[in-house]
Amino acid sequence: MFKTILTGVALTLCFTGAASAQTPGGVANVVIQPEPPGLMLGLVQNAPAQTVAGNIYEGLLRYDFALKPLPGLAERWSVSEDGRTYTFNLAANATWHDGKPFTAEDVIFSVEFLRQTHSRARGNLAKVTSVEAPDAHTVVFTLSEPFGPFLGIFEVGSLPMVPKHIYAGTDYKTNPANNNPIGTGPYMFKEWKKGSYIRLVKNPNYHVAGKPYLDDIYWHVIPDAAARAVAFETGKVDILPGGSVENFDIPRLSQAKGVCVTKKGWEYFAPLSWLWLNNRSGPTANKAFRQAVSYALDRDFAKDVIWNGLGKPAIGPIASSTRFFNPKLAKYSYDPVKAKALLKESGYKGETVRLLPMPYGETWQRWAEAVKQNLEDIGIKTELVSTDVAGWNQKTSDWDYDIAFTYVFQYGDPALGVARNYVSSQIAKGSPFNNVEGYANPAVDAGFADGAATVDAAKRQAAYDGVQKIIIEDAPLAWLLELEFPTLTRCKVHDLITTSIGVNDGFRDAWIER
Amino acid sequence: MAGFIAQRLAKGVLVLAAIVVLNFFLIRLAPGDPALVMAGEAGATDEIFVTQLRTKFALDKPLPSQLAAYLGSIATLDLGYSVRQQMPVATLIGERLPATLLLTGCAFLISIVLGVLLGALAAGRAGTLADTAITGLALLFYATPLFWVSLMAIIVFSVRLEWLPSFGFETVGAGYSGFARAADIAQHLVLPALTLGLFFMAVYVRMTRASMLEVSRLDFVKTARAKGLTEGVIQRRHILRNALLPVVTLAGLQAGTLVGGAVLTETVFAWPGIGRLMYDALLQRDYNLLLGVFVVSSAMVLIFNLVTDVVYRMVDPRIEVAR
Repeated sequence: MFKTILTGVALTLCFTGAASAQTPGGVANVVIQPEPPGLMLGLVQNAPAQTVAGNIYEGLLRYDFALKPLPGLAERWSVSEDGRTYTFNLAANATWHDGKPFTAEDVIFSVEFLRQTHSRARGNLAKVTSVEAPDAHTVVFTLSEPFGPFLGIFEVGSLPMVPKHIYAGTDYKTNPANNNPIGTGPYMFKEWKKGSYIRLVKNPNYHVAGKPYLDDIYWHVIPDAAARAVAFETGKVDILPGGSVENFDIPRLSQAKGVCVTKKGWEYFAPLSWLWLNNRSGPTANKAFRQAVSYALDRDFAKDVIWNGLGKPAIGPIASSTRFFNPKLAKYSYDPVKAKALLKESGYKGETVRLLPMPYGETWQRWAEAVKQNLEDIGIKTELVSTDVAGWNQKTSDWDYDIAFTYVFQYGDPALGVARNYVSSQIAKGSPFNNVEGYANPAVDAGFADGAATVDAAKRQAAYDGVQKIIIEDAPLAWLLELEFPTLTRCKVHDLITTSIGVNDGFRDAWIER
Repeated sequence: MAGFIAQRLAKGVLVLAAIVVLNFFLIRLAPGDPALVMAGEAGATDEIFVTQLRTKFALDKPLPSQLAAYLGSIATLDLGYSVRQQMPVATLIGERLPATLLLTGCAFLISIVLGVLLGALAAGRAGTLADTAITGLALLFYATPLFWVSLMAIIVFSVRLEWLPSFGFETVGAGYSGFARAADIAQHLVLPALTLGLFFMAVYVRMTRASMLEVSRLDFVKTARAKGLTEGVIQRRHILRNALLPVVTLAGLQAGTLVGGAVLTETVFAWPGIGRLMYDALLQRDYNLLLGVFVVSSAMVLIFNLVTDVVYRMVDPRIEVAR
């Protein structure tokens, strides 16, 4: 009897001992929502595609929670004194999933490829005049002038490396390899049963020794939000990436036994929500009216009631988790009295204002109703105009709205994800993510240009402080909340989120306790 | 009979062509297009990106030439290509069809067998407690929204009792084959097929009961009773058979929708069927795929209407096949 107990204790010790080290093997079951249209990251950039294909493809760099670069396919990098030359030393043992070596030629080709297919990469690479390969594992980027955020553009979703030997000389969009994506990442594409699941398997030749740990990753397509929550509750899936269940389910799910929650892994994207205010015509063309809207919004109510405590009231164009945010510039608090005074000053005559909700599920619908209430409380006649995703895209990109909900990613730097919404050169129909409000201010254009054109952090901060001050005063739009999308996992899943793009950086470090 | 069928098929082709043209314009009335949807999903976009997509989707050509191109390919039985999914439409539909047919077919069988049985039972005992119980239950299933019943079934049978899986077509990654796989799929099928079947069952119960009660008041039933036939024989042979016509009509209508799938049930149970394919295609404005699903399901409706007409004749020989 005594002996049995001892053995039991020894076994338990043994198991707990083993559990604290990274155990290789195991299967991760993850929810993916919605089903991506494809997995070739150079061609498809929607959120679920990035989440799945971040395991298949890699970028040259990754970024920690403070957005400092970490090695990816590039092991080392250096910047020249004048901020115009960037040299990357690539991992010498990296190979594509079909066994061909990954070289500097692939980097040069990827730049060429993405300049044709990837609109964000096209903008990010605008200052690059040449990309050269002095040897097989060194790449040199030369810029026409210094570009402050340049080291921040190499994340896998922004600049994924694509294989030259498969795509060179072909029609990229119809290449059969698009349905069988080949990257350098820790997991390889295995199978996709449309409407059911996507299966990735371990890349045994991954260039980081000992990684990855898991054998398989199954991405389950479950279209109903309540059914996704049930799948997690019943243990059929272990991981709910941020945003895959309605936020009113999160408190219940996170209180269950053995469930871990993290808000990390969104620092690079820093999703910021706001109301587009059409600066061109109608009451929203008036600055006092726009300021009145900003004072009328009860952001704490939205955070506490509609988002169940998730998120943080936004004070201006730059999110607090990204660089060059300045907390001292806060101006708009919930103040209906001030809002009413400003509304009177604006000369508003009771015209009906159209409010376009975001067609992304229950939470957004309720939020639109709350904002309508806020606006009507100060005397703005508001009409909700609901539509689906395609209709919302059409209405915002054709400027057919008075007030419209949106949320936009910041991509780690004001020059990459903020300037586009305020500079006058970005006023163009056909995109729901540029300067949709039609705001034009030469001082703002100049400030953003100054902020981007130097690598000196102090000079950049000064430029962006100036810009933030003007924009907050002009109120071209009404900032709402910095959104949070917590990731829920079974606690046996470890090291899933290790960088500022979270699950999108793949399951490179993740392991499951067994 | 053969002439009749040939004639109906020829008419069917014309109807189908009209449906294609109508749907072609109808879905383009919705705001937005597939290029804008994809641009929107990308989180950042510029003019070049949207123009490239429009060219890729062949949306840069004028509408009439788009329609002509589509009709031309349909005429050669080619459903076209889904640019969004990077696959031929026929392949996409073909992949989803077995799952849908399994689900809707089972639900169809469950509903018609249980519905007629319970309806006949209720009619035979009209006014008794059993009748009240059956009609009450049928009314409940008929009136309760399908997605709610589905979610409740999941909570009871998957979450609380842990008897049945809550989502999917089979256990992913289990590597079952042969009989084990069939059993696994059957387990996954129980909840969606039952919840979907219960709604239609309710319709059949009410239809069968009402129709049988009506027939039971007719003179020939009195004659049968007067002849001294047993109640069971009267119910089965005289009343039920004559009461079945409206049920067949309804079954024909339901059968026509088998291929169209069941959007709600497929969504809640993550069943990889046609209904979801169509719903996603609608939201994504994937015109070719959406039209493809419409073409296939309208063809099915036409075929089942024809089958229904033939079955009428078998059930009730007095009916001449209508010309």
